[in-house]
Amino acid sequence: MSDPPVQPAQSSDVTSEDSLVLRAVGITKSFPGVLANDRVDFELRKGEIHALLGENGSGKTTFSKTLAGLYAPDAGTIYIDGHATALPSPRHAYAAGIFLIQQNFSLVERLTVVENIILGLKEASLSRRKHTVLVARIEEESHRYGLEVDPDAYVWQLSMGERQRVEIIKALYRNARILILDEPTTVLTPQECEQLFAGLKRLASEGTSIIFISHKLPEIFAVCDRVTILRAGRSVATADTNEAGMNPHHLAEMMIGREVALSTREAPRTEEGQEALFLDNVTCQNEFGRTVVENVTFSVRKGEIFGLTGVSGNGQRELAEAIAGLRRRSAGTVLVDGRRLADGDPKDAIRSGLAYVPEDRLGTGLVPELSITDNLVLKTAWSRPYSRFGFIDRKAIKELTAKLISDFDVAGQPQTPVGQLSGGNAQKVLLARELTSRPKVLMAGTPTRGLDVAATEGVRRLLIEATESDIGVLLISEDLDEVLELCDRIGVMYKGRVVGVVERDRATANSLGLMMTGIAT
Amino acid sequence: MIRFERRLTTSLRLRLAVPVGSLLVAFLIITIVLMVSHVSPWSTYRSMVSASITSGAGLSETFVVATPIILTGLCAAMAFRMGIYNIGGEGQLYMGAMAASGVALELRGSPGFVIIIAMTVAAALAGAVWSLIPGVLRAFFSTNEILVSLMLNYVAGYFISYLIFDSRSYWRDLTSAAGQIYPIGKAIPANSWWPAPQIGGAGIPLGLMLALVLTIASAILLRRTTLGLKIRITAGSVTAARYAGLKVRRLIIVVMILSGALAGIAGAAQVGSASHALDPAGLEQVQYGYAGIVAAALGTFDPVLVFVSGLLLGAITAAGSVLVGPSFPNGLVGTIEWIVLFSVISGAFLVNYRLRWRRRRRSGETPDAESDATGVGAQLEQTLVERPGFPPSAQVARGG
Repeated sequence: MSDPPVQPAQSSDVTSEDSLVLRAVGITKSFPGVLANDRVDFELRKGEIHALLGENGSGKTTFSKTLAGLYAPDAGTIYIDGHATALPSPRHAYAAGIFLIQQNFSLVERLTVVENIILGLKEASLSRRKHTVLVARIEEESHRYGLEVDPDAYVWQLSMGERQRVEIIKALYRNARILILDEPTTVLTPQECEQLFAGLKRLASEGTSIIFISHKLPEIFAVCDRVTILRAGRSVATADTNEAGMNPHHLAEMMIGREVALSTREAPRTEEGQEALFLDNVTCQNEFGRTVVENVTFSVRKGEIFGLTGVSGNGQRELAEAIAGLRRRSAGTVLVDGRRLADGDPKDAIRSGLAYVPEDRLGTGLVPELSITDNLVLKTAWSRPYSRFGFIDRKAIKELTAKLISDFDVAGQPQTPVGQLSGGNAQKVLLARELTSRPKVLMAGTPTRGLDVAATEGVRRLLIEATESDIGVLLISEDLDEVLELCDRIGVMYKGRVVGVVERDRATANSLGLMMTGIAT
Repeated sequence: MIRFERRLTTSLRLRLAVPVGSLLVAFLIITIVLMVSHVSPWSTYRSMVSASITSGAGLSETFVVATPIILTGLCAAMAFRMGIYNIGGEGQLYMGAMAASGVALELRGSPGFVIIIAMTVAAALAGAVWSLIPGVLRAFFSTNEILVSLMLNYVAGYFISYLIFDSRSYWRDLTSAAGQIYPIGKAIPANSWWPAPQIGGAGIPLGLMLALVLTIASAILLRRTTLGLKIRITAGSVTAARYAGLKVRRLIIVVMILSGALAGIAGAAQVGSASHALDPAGLEQVQYGYAGIVAAALGTFDPVLVFVSGLLLGAITAAGSVLVGPSFPNGLVGTIEWIVLFSVISGAFLVNYRLRWRRRRRSGETPDAESDATGVGAQLEQTLVERPGFPPSAQVARGG
C-alpha cells in the first residue's frame, strides 16, 4: 500500500459530551426493496462495551458496516470525537480507529498469523529481525488480554476461536480505538466465550470502546455496560444493563416488540421406547481421507429428542451425512426403524423414513434458484400423485404447495425462489417437506442457526410436535441452551467420537462444555 | 465508474425494444464500416435483405442454414441447462453426418421416407455415442467435459476428412468424373434428399420442421417432465440433487445422450438438405456446432428462444454468403456478421442488467482504492446484496 494514509474528513461541529468517541445520528440505509436502517441513533462512550441487540434482519449488520465504511448511508451523520466524519471507505474508518470483525473472518488461511496481521500494511515485507520484534509484540499483546495465539501458526490450523483472536490482535495492531464485533460468540465454546469476555473487559478498561453485536441476551448481561436495541431497522431504546428492572425477559420484549416465550420440553421423557434410529460403530472419513467419525454408537428412541452437541467441526456434519447416505461409511451400520440403510444411498435413507434437515439449508436442503413449489417436491416428484409417466402433475403439486404454505405459515408465493425467502421461511419450507413425508426419524442439523426469535420458536415447536407423532428426533446443535431446553438425552461429540451421553436432568451447560472440549467425559 | 446491476424485473416492452435497438445500432456501425471501405451501404443492405428474407430463394437458404444451427443450439441448451458444458456439438454433428450419409448410401433403392427416417435415427445414435465419451468420463471420473468434448471435435473432424481425403472408404466417390479429379463424398440417392415443400415461394425444409418439433419437445421436457425438474435441481445445486436421492451420474449421461443426439440430427439435416454427400471440408468451414452455442447463449438456453436466435443467425449467415465477390472482401462479410452478433448479444445483456453511472464521491479521494482484504471482500458482498440472484446459475455439476 503505497498511497499516503487517508485522513478522515472533519468538520467543526463539536458535541458537548466529550467522553463520546462515536455518535451516529439518523443513519438511514436502504437496499432495493428493504429499508435496512431507518434513522438509527447510537452513542458510544470511551471504554465502554455497548451491545447492539436485535433480531435477524433488524439492521445490526448494516449499521455496523456503515460505521466500518463499507456502506455509505443514505442519510445521517457519524460524529467521531465530536467531529462530523464521512467514512466513504474502510480505509477512512481505519484511519478513524474503527475496526469491524465480521462473522466470517477476513483472514487469509494460507498465511501465518503474523503475515495476516501485517497484511496490507507498509511493513508487509518481513526481515528476520522485524519478524522477531513483531512476534514479541504479538505475544505480549495477546498475553495481556488473555487472547493467546501462536504467531507462526498458519490460520488454517487454528480453531474458530483462535481465528477470532487473530482478528482482534490485528485490529489492536492497527491502533483500533473502536472495535465492532458482529455476533462474536456464534463459533465459540462456552469456555472460549469466557476468555473472550475477559479479554474484552480488559480492553475496555484500558480505554478501547467496543460495540458488541448479538441477539443472545445472557451474553449482553455478561459483558456489556449498555445496550441499544434495534427493531425493524430502528433504534428503539438504549439502556444500562445494570439498571434496576433490567432483565433478559424485559430486553427480549423490547427486541421483539411483544412477548415471546420459547417452547421448551417441560418434562423430558425418560421411559425406554422402541429405537427409531440406531447407529452401531459408525466410522467415516472426510474428503481428505482423515477419519473424522469413529465408532459412533447410540440410538434415538421413538418420540424422543436426542441432542448431539459439540464444537462445530468435531464430526457432527460428517456423521449426519453418513447417516443420510451422502457420505460413505467405512464401517458400522445404521438402522431406521429396524431397517438397515444401504451405504452411500440417499434414496434408500429417504425410502426408509429418514427425514433430514441439513445444516446447509440453501444448497443442500433446498435449491435456492427453484421456487417454493419445486422445492416442496424435491424428494417426491418422481411418483404419483405428483407425476405420471414422467410428466409432472402440476395440479397435484399446486394443491400440495397451497396446503403446506398455509399449514406451515410460509411468507411467500408458490413461485417465489426459496433463495429470496428469509432464513426462517426457508427453514419452514424445508421442515414442511420433511415432515409431510411421514418420517420415522427426523435428523436436523443446527435448525435454528441464524433464525430470529420468532422463527426459532416456530422450528422448536415443530420439533416438539414431531415427537408427539412418535418420530425420533436427532437434533444436532451447538447451541447448548437449545439442547438443554429441548432434548431428552444429550450426546457430546469430540474429535469424531461420542464422548458421553447424558440424561437432560443431569446435564448443565458447564458439564457439557467440558465434555465438548475433551476435558471431561 | 460504470457498474452493472441486475434488474429485478424486466418489462415486456424492454424485451422487445432492446433487440430492435441493437439491430439499429449494429446497422449504424456497419454503415460506417462500409463507407470507410468504399462500398455502397444501400446496395449492400438490399442484397443482404434479399438474400436472407425477402426473396423466396433467400428465405429458403436462411431456413436451410438455420436448421443445423437450431439443432446444435438445442444440443448446447439441453446440456448447459444442467451445468454440463457440452461444446462438442460440432464433432457430434460430424459423426451424425457420417452416419446419415453412410445409411443413405447403404439403403440405396429403398423408399425415400424409409431412408430419411433411417438417416435421422442413425445420425442421432452416432451423435449420442460421440457425446457419451465426454459424458461417461465426466460422470465417473470427473474429467472436464469442456476439454474432452472440444478435443473430440478435432478427432471427429480428422476422422471424416480421412474418410474422404486419405482413404478409399465407403463414403468416398471414386467412380464419377468429378470424383476422379478431386476427392469428394459419394452422393446419396436422389430419393433420400430431404424434401422442402414450397410455401409462398419459399421452401420449408424437412429439417426445419423436425427442428421445430424437437424445439417444442425440448421445451416440454424441460418444463413439464420429471426429467426437466431433475435437470433444474441438479443445475441449481448438485449437493441438493444428491440429497434428494437423484442419481447425478445417470442424469449426466442421459442429458449428454439427448444433447449429442440433437447435434447428430443436425448432421443428418445438413447431409439431407444441403450437401447430399459427406462433405468434410464444407462442414468444417461453416462450423454450425459452434454457431449453435452462440444461438443457445443468445436464446438464454430456452429452447423456443434458441429456435428464434437460430433463425436470426441463419439469416445473417445467408445474407453474408451472397456478398462475397471481387468487389467485396470476405473479411468484410465476417466483420458485418459479427457486428450484428455483438450488438444483439450486448443488447441481450442489457435486458437483464442495468448500467449505473456512479460518480466519485469527492475529488481527490478514490473510494475504489481498496487494497485491504476486508475492503474488497465486503465491497463484493455489498455488490451481491444489491444484485440479488447474481451470478446467474452457472454452477458446474460435478459427478456423483
